[in-house]
Amino acid sequence: MSTVLSFFNYWVVVVLMMIGFYVVIARGNMIKKVMGLTLFQTSVFFMFISAGKVAGGATPIVRAGVEVYSNPLPHVLILTAIVVGVATTAVALALAVRINESFGTIEDDTLQDALLEEPSDRPEDTA
Amino acid sequence: MISLPVLSPLTVIAIPFAGALAIALAHRHARLRDALGWVAALIFLTTVIAHVPSVMSGQGAHQWFGELIPGVRIGFVIEPLGLLFALIGASLWVVATLYAQSYMKTLGYQHLARFFACYAIALGAAAGIAFSGNLLTLFIFYEVLTLSTYPLVTHSGSESARQGGRVYLFYLLASSIGLLLPAIVWTYAATGTLDFQTGGIIEGHIAPHWIPILTGLFAFGIGKAALMPMHRWLPSAMVAPAPVSALLHAVAVVKAGVFTILKVAIFVLGVDTLQTTGAGLWVAWVAAFTIVAASLVALGLDDLKARLAYSTVAQLSYVIIGAMVATPLAIIGGVMQMLMHAVAKITLFFSAGAIQVAHDRKKIKELDGLGRVMPFTFTFMTIGILSIIGLPLFAGMWSKWYLVLGSLSDEQWIVVGALLVSSLLNILYLLIIPIRGFFAPAAPGVPTQGIHEAPWAQRVAMGMTASACLILFFFPEPVFNLAKGLIS
Amino acid sequence: MDVVAWMPFIVLTPLILSAVVALLPGRFAPWGVSVIVAVVITALSFWVLGHVDETPIRYAFGQWPPPIGIEYRVDAANAWVAFIVSAIALLALVWGKASVDQEIPERQSVFYALFLLTLAGLLGITLTGDAFNVFVFLEISSLSTYALIAHGPDRRGLLASFRYLIMGTIGATFVLIGIGFLYMMTGTLNMADLAERLPAVADTNAIRAGFAFIVVGLGLKMALLPLHLWLPNAYAYAPNMVTVFLAGTATKVALYVLLRFIYTVFGFEGSFGMLPLAPLLMTLAIAGMVVGSWVAMFEPNLKRLLAYSSVAQVGYLVLGVSLVSVVGLTATFVHLFNHALMKAALFMALGTVMYQTGSARIEAFYGIGRQMPWTMSAFAVAGLSLIGVPATAGFVSKWYLILASIEAGHPWLVGLILITSFMAVFYVWRVIEAAWFKAPNEQAKPVREAPLCLLVPLWLTVLLNLYFGLDTRLSLGAATRAAQTLLGSF
Repeated sequence: MSTVLSFFNYWVVVVLMMIGFYVVIARGNMIKKVMGLTLFQTSVFFMFISAGKVAGGATPIVRAGVEVYSNPLPHVLILTAIVVGVATTAVALALAVRINESFGTIEDDTLQDALLEEPSDRPEDTA
Repeated sequence: MISLPVLSPLTVIAIPFAGALAIALAHRHARLRDALGWVAALIFLTTVIAHVPSVMSGQGAHQWFGELIPGVRIGFVIEPLGLLFALIGASLWVVATLYAQSYMKTLGYQHLARFFACYAIALGAAAGIAFSGNLLTLFIFYEVLTLSTYPLVTHSGSESARQGGRVYLFYLLASSIGLLLPAIVWTYAATGTLDFQTGGIIEGHIAPHWIPILTGLFAFGIGKAALMPMHRWLPSAMVAPAPVSALLHAVAVVKAGVFTILKVAIFVLGVDTLQTTGAGLWVAWVAAFTIVAASLVALGLDDLKARLAYSTVAQLSYVIIGAMVATPLAIIGGVMQMLMHAVAKITLFFSAGAIQVAHDRKKIKELDGLGRVMPFTFTFMTIGILSIIGLPLFAGMWSKWYLVLGSLSDEQWIVVGALLVSSLLNILYLLIIPIRGFFAPAAPGVPTQGIHEAPWAQRVAMGMTASACLILFFFPEPVFNLAKGLIS
Repeated sequence: MDVVAWMPFIVLTPLILSAVVALLPGRFAPWGVSVIVAVVITALSFWVLGHVDETPIRYAFGQWPPPIGIEYRVDAANAWVAFIVSAIALLALVWGKASVDQEIPERQSVFYALFLLTLAGLLGITLTGDAFNVFVFLEISSLSTYALIAHGPDRRGLLASFRYLIMGTIGATFVLIGIGFLYMMTGTLNMADLAERLPAVADTNAIRAGFAFIVVGLGLKMALLPLHLWLPNAYAYAPNMVTVFLAGTATKVALYVLLRFIYTVFGFEGSFGMLPLAPLLMTLAIAGMVVGSWVAMFEPNLKRLLAYSSVAQVGYLVLGVSLVSVVGLTATFVHLFNHALMKAALFMALGTVMYQTGSARIEAFYGIGRQMPWTMSAFAVAGLSLIGVPATAGFVSKWYLILASIEAGHPWLVGLILITSFMAVFYVWRVIEAAWFKAPNEQAKPVREAPLCLLVPLWLTVLLNLYFGLDTRLSLGAATRAAQTLLGSF
């Protein structure tokens, strides 16, 4: 029991990851897909941050009387990864907006139907 | 005698290619295009002849470029066998130019610039094969030859031509990529080189029990040699206009096939290796089967060109037998067969084309009595056929003679039997044509009076190759000496 | 000049100048600057390629010594990949001017800025010696690639881009997870450092899981079957210039990273001992070769046809890896280059036709061979190279792959390679037949030959295909050294 509990944060990571992954795969709505993707990425951030914790360690700011610090490097890395994640979300949402503008929907099923009726390769040319 | 300028091998090979380019560029000017065709053919012949003295004195030219893979470069070496093949191609190209220009115009074919350009490229590729210094260079030109003759086969553009072209391309590409290329890779993997060397390169590198398989890969992979079951492309190629069938599918392409077989047997596998291991014998038996089977098929065909095509299939296997039995006399016979069959068969295809031009007939049963109104054509045809049968007074006798002697010395009774049966069958399916042409009652629509011959240019071309069949009977020594030089 | 000091500029030049290009006005200036950047980095990477020998060239950023600081570490393997990427970028840019003008008439500065950013990302992945840095550059190149694809003239490009984004992000996150596991177990991110510390902890589930995550994540980025689903549409609906560039570079760089992880980070024994990696890769490679070629044989949209052919070609590349030998790896590295050349030429030819006709469907190619003889003959020659006909670059690749198969004791692979080559003959032939033997569609307007500004770079690329089929000293030499470096048998 103690092992299970002591890995509590990793359990959260796994659960979050699975939820995110499931949403990406199962949902047809693009916004929901993006939400799932963000959840998925965030779970990985948790994993990194958890790994940086050193048992009994203090915040990694050098000061007197502290011997053990937590590892600061994962935080730095994840700061970068968060920026990347935000950028990904931004691009994904921008694409979703554009798709909505040109197809009138962001639902996968409806889009499939719309694509089947696509007459030529370059609709702009024929229009 | 004036001494001719000896050009480097690559330059010689480049001449037909340059000619093709010039012909293609001159496509709007019919006279210029024809003149360029002549210029290219004659310059090419001259430059090839110029190499004869140096090769005969044992100092053939060498030339190497680039590096494809470690130890393998693009390279050219002129040795006697290659020179013989190049000479056959170059001299018959001149004759064929005379014939083809007349034929194509009389029958009103279109896109002549493309036609003659591809014709020239095919000859250039044949020269490349002839002068190749290693297997890979040879393989490249081998494929160029396949690709450049495809537009010629499909020249008329009809559905049947395209269908024939597809079979043609499929068989030649499939056999070369599927079997020949693996054989080459295998050779390279085992020996680390692909250069042609007298005595072969595989000895001591490949275990004896694998050599028959390697030999088989080469023999069947070289689809241009039309060993059964790789022969199907040749009848399919007969949809092409007659000059293509004559020069390419009786001379350049098929001879490129058997030339490659000879080259592989002598310079890659090695005559000694073949003799001591007997690795080629099973191929020789397949060739013997091919000879008989193709002759039997030919018997039942009514289309003149198709019958000639199967006759070619049979005759090519003579060379394969020579290479695979690999006794000295058999090799000599094989080399001579390459030349003798070329002049004879081109004569036959010329006459088939001439009959088409003059009377628009393709079926053999429609030719009865035609010999009396086309005496020249049928006389030349008879000479060619007698040479192919191998009767004395005709060039073909020599090659048959040495092939039989060579097989006898190795006690290859199956092979000897096939050679003899084949000659008898030749009488039945080839000689019967001029006999009926001269003596049978005229078929419907054949005029009974006067002379209705093909244009003079075609008759001259046929006359030249027919007389070559006679001349070579009396003067075979140069070829014989050359072949002898290869094996000693 | 000091090669160490200048080496980082291969990445920095496009990265920094992309910001400048974004601000430039008009149509000519952004393109011009991009071309200059491409010329500079091609020259630089060629120069670096000439200087790599047994010891790698190392550059520590900000004077922070590795393993704490980020380090660029160039040896024969990544110098070669960097050269390929920059050279293809240059070819694509030179060819693409007219094509981009037509497809993206407005706001080209943004487009070219994104292009340079992609380029910087790919080169960064290639040159860096830091595992986390790989992830960052992977995302830089991916994000800008999504945006580039969305620039395509067809609205379906948006969908393709979105799907690629979803799959690409999952792939990159997998890589991140894998790197996280490695970091947890070793406490370092520097690749060379990782290689030293990993053997001690190699026999743990965390390392095995990390390795699996990295392999799967990179398999996604390099479109290894069955993770290839994003690729066909992404290539098909991207602007033609982007397709030319991506087809030659993006999947290759992902493959390079995989090789770097397999050979340098985990080490030869670590990688192939930990999981049944060689049989796994071989199975997937063969599946990719067969399935990719099979689909390509029946695909009516020619851009997608070539994209599926790329899936098959990734199979060839991975097959070389799975044979686990110097010859096999040489085959992979030489095919990296040759495939980049042949696919660039093919997509250029396709793009040149599309410039005139506006469609990539095979019906639009009926009779085009007579109307655009130069373009289509270029396509035919590049197609021969794709098939692997001797005297073309493709032949050298196939030759080495066959040689490696025999050497590794898998002669049956030779048959397989030949079969897939025949499939390539079939799908290239379909295009040739349409172009020369089919009558033009009656409704279609007759078109003329494309302008020289498209034809000249196209033919230049085609001639390079022929040149590297005849003189392989540069390509094979570099590939052999790259393979030897990775296998540590220099």
